[in-house]
Amino acid sequence: MINKDAPLIELRNISKSYGETKVLQNVNLTINENEFVTLLGPSGCGKTTTLRILGGFESPTSGEVFFEGKDISTIPPYERSTNTVFQSYALFPHLDVYDNIAFGLRLEKIEPRKYPNVELTPKEKVRKFFKKTTSRYTEYEIKKKVDAVIKLVNLTGMEHRNVANLSGGQRQRVAIARAIVLRPKILLLDESLSALDLKLRKDMQYELKELQRSTGITFVFVTHDQEEALTMSDKIVVMKDGYIEQVGSAEEIYNEPINRYVANFIGDSNILSGKVIDSRHVEFDGEKFLMEETKFPEGAEVDVMMRPEDLDIVYPSKGKLTGTVDSIFFKGVFYEVDVILDNKRIVTIHTTDYIPVGKKVGINFDTEDITLMEIMK
Amino acid sequence: MAFHVNTLRGTKKKNNFKFDLYTGMSIPYLLVLFLFVLLPFFFIVLYAFLNKSDSKLFLTLSNFSQFVTNENFLIAAGLSIWFAFLTTCICMVISYPVAYFTARSRPNIRSVVILLITIPMWINMLLRTLAWKQIFELIGGWMNISILGTDFAVVFGMVYVFLPFMIIPIYTSILKIDPSLYEASKDLGANSFKTFIHVTLPLSMPGIISGITMVFLPAATSLVIPKYLGDGQSRYYLIGNLIESYFIAGDNYYFGSAIAVLLSSIILLMMYFVNKMDRTIVTEAQSVSKKKKIRGNSNA
Repeated sequence: MINKDAPLIELRNISKSYGETKVLQNVNLTINENEFVTLLGPSGCGKTTTLRILGGFESPTSGEVFFEGKDISTIPPYERSTNTVFQSYALFPHLDVYDNIAFGLRLEKIEPRKYPNVELTPKEKVRKFFKKTTSRYTEYEIKKKVDAVIKLVNLTGMEHRNVANLSGGQRQRVAIARAIVLRPKILLLDESLSALDLKLRKDMQYELKELQRSTGITFVFVTHDQEEALTMSDKIVVMKDGYIEQVGSAEEIYNEPINRYVANFIGDSNILSGKVIDSRHVEFDGEKFLMEETKFPEGAEVDVMMRPEDLDIVYPSKGKLTGTVDSIFFKGVFYEVDVILDNKRIVTIHTTDYIPVGKKVGINFDTEDITLMEIMK
Repeated sequence: MAFHVNTLRGTKKKNNFKFDLYTGMSIPYLLVLFLFVLLPFFFIVLYAFLNKSDSKLFLTLSNFSQFVTNENFLIAAGLSIWFAFLTTCICMVISYPVAYFTARSRPNIRSVVILLITIPMWINMLLRTLAWKQIFELIGGWMNISILGTDFAVVFGMVYVFLPFMIIPIYTSILKIDPSLYEASKDLGANSFKTFIHVTLPLSMPGIISGITMVFLPAATSLVIPKYLGDGQSRYYLIGNLIESYFIAGDNYYFGSAIAVLLSSIILLMMYFVNKMDRTIVTEAQSVSKKKKIRGNSNA
């Protein structure tokens, strides 16, 4: 019954609204096995709602969620092969670390979770609802599993600590351990790193990625932090106002953003409006520039994007553009230089050389540094 | 009490302790505590061990022995505790669902329900009890039975009066549970029934315990309810009425104090066990079953 060729998860035309407010509009997304997928966007873009629909906490107003080819839109969270790491971690305060992690294992039913859910008669449903939990594991097996996962997330020796006495990082590890011990097909992480300080967050980014590789579980991660998304993801889904703007690998999203919004959201960028002359030439600032072959038709109005680190500062005579240095800021690895072009437009450049303010400079770039993007409506 | 012992100890330890406004503000409370709690308590305990003969006071245990050897007194004490126990159980059964559904409903519904629950408390308890007396008389008259002066009437009155004291603490404790815990529980494979058993119930246990305390204690010593709804029958001459009679009518403060001290001791002892049970239910239930199962498995 389960279609093995179907992708692990498929969202088809998902829309969600609360009253008049449309939170998600026509979202289509495919998630494959063993992928690290990041839903990226500012708050209110619908990324958390998408995650909650995957977890079964919300049902879409329209559209379907397919799991291995089977519609699971109406299946409750406790019968799905997904587990969630909540933003607030939601650890049970009345249980210690060990019992928090063992919580799901003790509940797991004799019959493994499976789709489709077998149709039950009302009487069977009532009986199932009140049935005393008989775990499919003995406590001895549970102990082995819990101990293994405690070791995996580096919590050895803290088994019987009260969760209220743990640090933020430790709590998060418990939340992750509690979810992955159940071996879900998909692990959903809701802004799980945002409560941690910078250093710990960076460490956890690598640990999460490593965990995803070693366990082979598909991770769906929600964040508003572009750097987090770039570091960890196989696939980034950039969202805005309930729409998906672009789906692609980190490199694709960074190097070929589809529009101004994506380009601005990920990394710094210089965006100019231009016009396609022919498949190898684009015109902006009144001049014609050679570029890599484009798929945009001739005469199309486009946004031209150039990353600050792709631009080089050269002698005025050798530059494709010329201007005057307006300001320079030291950023650690590089200087951020703002150059006012002769036509008063400001361009930002990242360079390792110090250039004094007021100096006349030329700006040079290669053909592949020019990226054309759709103009946003 | 413990709190003040601690603060005093704390002030001793600190050498650079300064008498500031905030310390000054606690003095009125300390005074009230001393004058109206500690001092009366001391006198009650003292009186319980005193007696008077030929206008001479002397220390004695006779007050206690008089109580313990009198069958009627023991029956009154036993009945008091029995009615209080019944009241507490009935209150708990009614309160939990009310508190649960109120706490989980929308904020505006919540405030209306809580208002409705607390409104009766604005009216004097004596008036409410007398109102029930009349209602019972009326219904009894219609149906040609006597409701007044039955166990039902007394327990009913107590449940009616003390119900809010059970609902409010349970409601508060359920309200305090982070809603994401319900989602986490469902996420980990528990349906709503199992979520209730494994998450809601243990986390609302502190509310249940304070509810029990706030109902059982006043119910065991209630005076007005058995007096009026018991219709003057001797069976409903409970411990509260007994104490009243010795203090007001009998003018025997010594014996009255002894009864009060005895009752307090019994109730304290019961509360101790209830609290201990609470801790067992919340923290040990799982680990006990765990140990049992592990042992069973390693033997096999």
